[in-house]
Amino acid sequence: MSSKDPATMTEEGTASVSLSRRRSRRRRAVITTILIAVAIFLAIADVCLGHEVYSLSDVWSVISGSGSGGAQFSIGEIRLPRALVALFCGAGFGIAGTSFQTLLGNVLASPDIIGVTAGANLAAVLAITVLGLSGLALFGVAVAGGLATACCVLLLSWSRGLASSSSPTSRFILVGIGIAAMLNAATSWLMVRADQWDVQAASRWLTGSLTDVGWSDVIPAVACVVGGYLALTVVGKSLDILRFGTPMATGLGVKVNSARAGIIVISVMILSVMTATTGPIAFVSFLAGPIAVRLLGSQKPALLSGAAVGAIIVLLADIVAQHLPSGKVPVGVMTSLVGGPLLVFLVARMMRKAE
Amino acid sequence: MKRANTKARQRTALLLCGSGVLLIAVCLCSVAIGSRPVSLDQIVTALTQSSAGGTALEAIRLRIPRTVLGVLLGVALASAGALMQAVTRNPLADPTILGLNSGASCAVVLSMAAFGLTSPSQYVWTALVGGGIGAAVVWWIGSLGKSGPNPLKLTLAGAVVGSMFSSVTSAVLLPRIDVISSFRFWAVGGISGARFSSMLPLLPIFGVGMVLAIICIPGLNALALGDELAVGLGGSIRRIRLLSWTAAVLLCAASTSLAGPIGFVGLIVPHVARLIVGPDFRKILAAGVLLGPLLLVGADVVGRLVSRPADVEVGIVTAIIGAPVFIALVRSGFARRSSL
Repeated sequence: MSSKDPATMTEEGTASVSLSRRRSRRRRAVITTILIAVAIFLAIADVCLGHEVYSLSDVWSVISGSGSGGAQFSIGEIRLPRALVALFCGAGFGIAGTSFQTLLGNVLASPDIIGVTAGANLAAVLAITVLGLSGLALFGVAVAGGLATACCVLLLSWSRGLASSSSPTSRFILVGIGIAAMLNAATSWLMVRADQWDVQAASRWLTGSLTDVGWSDVIPAVACVVGGYLALTVVGKSLDILRFGTPMATGLGVKVNSARAGIIVISVMILSVMTATTGPIAFVSFLAGPIAVRLLGSQKPALLSGAAVGAIIVLLADIVAQHLPSGKVPVGVMTSLVGGPLLVFLVARMMRKAE
Repeated sequence: MKRANTKARQRTALLLCGSGVLLIAVCLCSVAIGSRPVSLDQIVTALTQSSAGGTALEAIRLRIPRTVLGVLLGVALASAGALMQAVTRNPLADPTILGLNSGASCAVVLSMAAFGLTSPSQYVWTALVGGGIGAAVVWWIGSLGKSGPNPLKLTLAGAVVGSMFSSVTSAVLLPRIDVISSFRFWAVGGISGARFSSMLPLLPIFGVGMVLAIICIPGLNALALGDELAVGLGGSIRRIRLLSWTAAVLLCAASTSLAGPIGFVGLIVPHVARLIVGPDFRKILAAGVLLGPLLLVGADVVGRLVSRPADVEVGIVTAIIGAPVFIALVRSGFARRSSL
């Protein structure tokens, strides 16, 4: 015999659903805040630690313009821009990777794998070794390369819309792998052609390095990440809905193809500017999203936490890379040594869970 | 019916003869074309009189081992590709795409950097280990999950493992500027530095690989019908898989240690061969022995022609030809049938 009438039960059910939803939202907010705090803490640590360790008050006096000569130079000219670039480029890689992965509903759809990074690389290496460009022109060329590659991959994997067949994303990814192979071959051809001196610059750059960044790199990186993030939050609603698949999204009134195209263009722009600034720091854009999703414990797109995780990865790798007993190595070396096996592990898990 | 059969057979024979003639022509071009053009009678002189001197004859003597190496690698890579496509039942299989070449080249770089090995006969052993590890990891990851391996999973696993290996490679290389400058030529896959003295010690490995490939023929033909039927026909699937992977790893490791990673030959050739001779693996392997060298030596000649007097390395040419073929295969619709 039931002691409750159906109406109360439904009410209780709704209450518990909205309670758990509120809880998970609060959890997400708390975790995102913690991640951002950790990223900022690491950025400060990156400024303080080094050959000479400075205290927070030293750093503050440099920022306020009253530091002594040595500190003024090594903090103001070297470490501060470096930490800022690490923070924002990490965030940018994280945002771009997360939005690609969410959009295409597949971890492997990260720009590292589908050729966008390879396109930006090729364009940048061309700009460095053949055209001798730097600064804004280099950014422009890299962005153009990244966008052109993304367009190629999209067009080549298009047949009656991206989503016509049962596994559109897998075709997209496979076409991207093919394009990436071709572009990488062209990049290595340029590397073989190049002068000895350019090769060192280009290969340091291809691994991803923070050694040569200065204040002139900070402004474009910050502007691009902040602007890109804001733009993505505007189209973010459709990103959230696209996750449920094309039919559902269309039903909910999203213009699927144009929303997808918009998200891709913004992400590629962020990614290419970051790539032109530091070089492709390996696997950051791939790993940030999955780690953020795991920490948040949900499937919702997590741009902000993806950004924070990306920044944390780059800053952590940079701090470790600068203090290795065997001497300094570029930050990209650290991320690839740790990220490669992690990538294989993630994919293995994905395959096992797939059925 | 019978007449149609003979007609088809005649067509096949004609196509094969044609590619044989083409192969000879391409080999001649490979000897004759380069930054220093030579005439036919100079080639004859160089071949017949070992004492005769002169720049043209020297150029020919450098190009002959290069051509021979091209033929050798063409045979090896085409056979390895055919083996891998058959054993994984995957139209996208290729030594580069499935992580063998990147495993082998990663191992070679590690051994160059760590032990200072310099000649192919030394680092072919580490290349074998690296290629074997690459193949095993890709096969393992691609077979996870209930449905077992399928083209999509294997290709993704190969891409992921390949990018892991190449990032390890660049991480090892970057601090060592001296190794970078010698490695950058090796890493793109070129046959310009070919010498008979470095090829000879590796011939047994190629030989064993080819013999294993031939042993696998009946098993792979049975495997093409599906696992259950293959068992029913009396084959041991596990043994065939192990043998053909071993053969592929031997062939790829030996090729990679001689010339660096050369991709897409193993992808393209079996498909073209299948178009010409049909699905019988025995015939595909035989046709590949002609078509593989044709593609590789041809790509090398093209690489010498497009940016004279400099060369474009053959690995770059094959990647630029091969990637569109790969994309066309993806678009042709197999991906619709397999999913994650």
